[in-house]
Amino acid sequence: MNGDADARLSSSFRLLEQSASTIAQRTDLLFTAMLVLCGVMALGVCLTILVFAVRYRHGAKVERGNIGRHLGLEIGWTLVPLVLFIGLFTWAAHDFTQLYRPPANALPVYVVAKQWMWKLQHRNGRREINELHVPLGQPVRLVMTSQDAIHSFYVPAFRLKQDVVPGRYTGLWFTATQLGEFRLFCAEYCGSEHSQMMGRIVVMQPAEYARWLGSGAEQPSLAQYGFARFRELGCSGCHAAGSTVHAPSLRGLLGRTVHLQDGRSLVADENYVRDSILLPRKDVVAGFEPVMPSFTGQASEEDIQALIAYLREGAIE
Amino acid sequence: MNANAAAREHPHYAGGREPPREIGQLGMWVFIASEILFFGGLFVAYVYGRSHWPNGFAQASRHTDVVLGTLNTGVLLTSSAVIALAVACAESPAFRRWTARLLWLTAALGVIFIVVKGMEYRKEWHEHLFPGPGFELDAGGAQLFFMLYFVMTALHALHLAIGIVGVSLFAWATGQAKSWAPPRRIDIMALYWHFVDVVWIFLYPLLYLVERHS
Amino acid sequence: MSYLEDGLTLRSWFFTTDHKRIAILYAIAITGFFFIGGAAATLIRLELATPAGDLVSHDTYNRLFTAHGVIMVWLFLIPSIPSVLGNFLIPLMIGARDLAFPRLNLLSWYLYIAGGLIILASLFLGGVDTGWTFYTPYSTMFSNSWVAVTLTGVFVTGFSSILTGLNFIVTVHTLRTPGMGWFKLPLFVWAIYATSVILVLATPVLAITTLLVIAERLWQIGVFDPAYGGDPLLFQHLFWFYSHPAVYIMVLPAMGVASEIIPCFARQRIFGYRFMAYAILGIASIGFLVWGHHMFVSGQSVAASMVFSLLSFMVAIPSSIKVFNWTATLYRGSIHFDAPMLYALGFVGLFTVGGLTGLVLASLSLDVHLTDTYFVVSHFHYIMVGGSVMAYFGGLHFWWPKITGRMYADTWARIAAVLIFLGFNLTFFPQYLLGVQGMPRRYHTYPPEFQVLNLLSSSGAVVLAVGYLLPLFYFAWSLRPGGRIAGANPFHATGLEWTTPSPPPKDNFEQLPEPPQEVYGYDPAKDPRHDPARGGAMAAEPVR
Repeated sequence: MNGDADARLSSSFRLLEQSASTIAQRTDLLFTAMLVLCGVMALGVCLTILVFAVRYRHGAKVERGNIGRHLGLEIGWTLVPLVLFIGLFTWAAHDFTQLYRPPANALPVYVVAKQWMWKLQHRNGRREINELHVPLGQPVRLVMTSQDAIHSFYVPAFRLKQDVVPGRYTGLWFTATQLGEFRLFCAEYCGSEHSQMMGRIVVMQPAEYARWLGSGAEQPSLAQYGFARFRELGCSGCHAAGSTVHAPSLRGLLGRTVHLQDGRSLVADENYVRDSILLPRKDVVAGFEPVMPSFTGQASEEDIQALIAYLREGAIE
Repeated sequence: MNANAAAREHPHYAGGREPPREIGQLGMWVFIASEILFFGGLFVAYVYGRSHWPNGFAQASRHTDVVLGTLNTGVLLTSSAVIALAVACAESPAFRRWTARLLWLTAALGVIFIVVKGMEYRKEWHEHLFPGPGFELDAGGAQLFFMLYFVMTALHALHLAIGIVGVSLFAWATGQAKSWAPPRRIDIMALYWHFVDVVWIFLYPLLYLVERHS
Repeated sequence: MSYLEDGLTLRSWFFTTDHKRIAILYAIAITGFFFIGGAAATLIRLELATPAGDLVSHDTYNRLFTAHGVIMVWLFLIPSIPSVLGNFLIPLMIGARDLAFPRLNLLSWYLYIAGGLIILASLFLGGVDTGWTFYTPYSTMFSNSWVAVTLTGVFVTGFSSILTGLNFIVTVHTLRTPGMGWFKLPLFVWAIYATSVILVLATPVLAITTLLVIAERLWQIGVFDPAYGGDPLLFQHLFWFYSHPAVYIMVLPAMGVASEIIPCFARQRIFGYRFMAYAILGIASIGFLVWGHHMFVSGQSVAASMVFSLLSFMVAIPSSIKVFNWTATLYRGSIHFDAPMLYALGFVGLFTVGGLTGLVLASLSLDVHLTDTYFVVSHFHYIMVGGSVMAYFGGLHFWWPKITGRMYADTWARIAAVLIFLGFNLTFFPQYLLGVQGMPRRYHTYPPEFQVLNLLSSSGAVVLAVGYLLPLFYFAWSLRPGGRIAGANPFHATGLEWTTPSPPPKDNFEQLPEPPQEVYGYDPAKDPRHDPARGGAMAAEPVR
């Protein structure tokens, strides 16, 4: 992810004035191609109708008569669109898959949406409300959940959108390619002040961003906060190495394959950790009793995000 | 074909009052198709729940009363056989006089089903298995299972109750030799009854028999 | 004696089982609902002319767009062509005296009215603010509006739809005049038949979904609540499983109307009849498999999104075939520009634009940017308003003489058609641009950079409103005592409905009609409407 290459890319093609992410370029290219294709199609049909309507209007002196079958034409205008559509689908699908493959070095930012505001927290603990500061040219990965209704994180300049759903995490990643401020909208109707749930993304030079990040009020990093909650909520009582209770080890949990009691296995991700904390009977690990209590009502969304940050980065015995 | 023959073929021009059997039957089949999709949404929710919480669903399913449920299945299957007999009798001159009695028996069996279901509901209420704040089974997905259990069986019972009313009306009308209860209409009523039975045949294993082998 | 004169009391109307009278009962009711939904739209566009929320409060605005959607979709669009034109014409087109179950037909109307009144009641109580899509958990847990009442109304109206669909399916299967095989049926009958299959199979899923939402709202039990381990996405799957086929309920009948009007006014056989019929079936069936394209950014799996996107492209193929065939039907024809034709051609153009933008939305990466923006709003208005409403109006104008026995002033009708076409484009084309620029939908207030396009759109709405009001006047005028009488077949159209007097007698046909030799037996070289020597515009004899 070379900043210069991205800057060159970003100036090469844009549909709208603001084309501020690596993905925006590709989206704009496909959109323009479709615009041309659809425009040709629409104009073609409309012009043909107009030409026929004028030429064959009743009373005009022109040859008329019944038209017979023309199977070749019918098959032709069935197959040609079919091929075109498959091509368009493939192009769009390919670009789409990129949206769900964040690079390994993406900076995580944790987002909690609620009526009617965005709460964001950087890894070092710095919090923001309705604003997100990010560095230019660095992939950023958002881990998002909602506290109430479904919202949707939409940045038109990035051409990116992802619904934010209560009860689970959804993700969005991007690499910003333009400096400046870009609008953030909520794009899923969520009640009275849906249209005012706006914010902005502020893209800064990496050095400036680092300065900004360190300059907030002194606070523990997300992982440190998570560690504090880990103890306060009593998690270490069972999951620490010296505990007398037989509980699964959490070392290196995220990304590890977990084998469950009923024979299934899954890869532990953020949603798995969240479910384990709130609905511990859902996916019990093989070889363990389902004795873990639920922390619904005790652990807030921010707590859970902090716990996840701790599990990902903290030194766990 | 000449105009008269053609006219006789078309029910609206045939001059008689009885429309052909196919029209009513097709109507009932189309209605059944819509009802399958109606219950279908609940089956989808069940599949979703079962695949996400296999443990919870299994545990919860063991709390349904398999004895009463199996009894009810037998009652309903019998009632289907009885109504099929009633239709056969209605169309046979020799046994026509049995039709009304068999229809009443069908309705009675339906009522037995509903009474037994009521007993089950009462039992489940006392065991705190109604979804809501008082729910006592502590397994993920168990409450969802019981929500579906109550909605699906209640919806089924509602359809059954409509069937009972319909069959009773036909039983009475047949006994009084009313003209609006000819065999073809009893046949259509029976089709509806069989449909309600078939829905139960799908509900029964999903709600009562999950992981009962142990 | 025509069906209109056969019984003049209110009782003879409210207890009628005559499909023609029931069609008129529906027509009056949906016209009322159309204008109520239109009033909501007027207020919306007035508010959106400026960025600030200065006309109404947030909550009122949210209730306005919900009311607009609920009324227009369930109380206007879905019943319009099937319950008005379908009810009136299906028996006539196949040579029957009525539908298969006439009393069920009347029940359908009463269910529709009951559901509509319940929905109106919820409006009077204060309305609902969830959007017509009722997404959970907002609708189940957070909205403090009359959700359960509104959904009860929707539930009741749904059963009206199901029974109507059932009636049409059985009618088309069992009551065709002998000799009228499936491939001799007018395409309007094919379209209504396919629509009826969708009505019967999709609407029940909406019914159960509304019941589940009501249950969750009233008793806090449900599958959609994350607190119980439920999933809000499950609601979306259930809702869209119905609501996507619902849009084909709205557009297939419109396509059927276009397929009747265009051959008549081009005096040309429809091009590719068989492909047209198969395309109708194709749209109806594939239409059941694409619902997930409303959920590409919802958190649905990538694999599922891929499947839905591919199928969404596929469903566009039969639609494009139809557009090409309508266009080809004009070739070497003898084209007349009466109002019905203007509406039909407008339909083809606007449906094409709307359909093409559907392809844009079906493209996964583009949809990420455009979903939930005004691009979508414009797309569906192009199809539903530019498409279905135009076709409905076209059908009303085409069959008005048959239904009422009167002819309206064609000049005024053409003016209205042009006003509607221009007003429509001015209203909705700017909305595509707004979407591309990123303006989200369901926004009461918006940033000032979106104002110019919004103002253009609101100005267009004024023109559109005038266009929609005009028909009220000239249609009413045509019914006056001494108004122009239309003959049995003023447009020299083929089709059995034109072989009976205008308006038809109560029992439709004196005796069983024979099907025409050819379903669209037009010959452009022998245009009776052009050559005065062949009888002129008012000749009663149909052309076979």
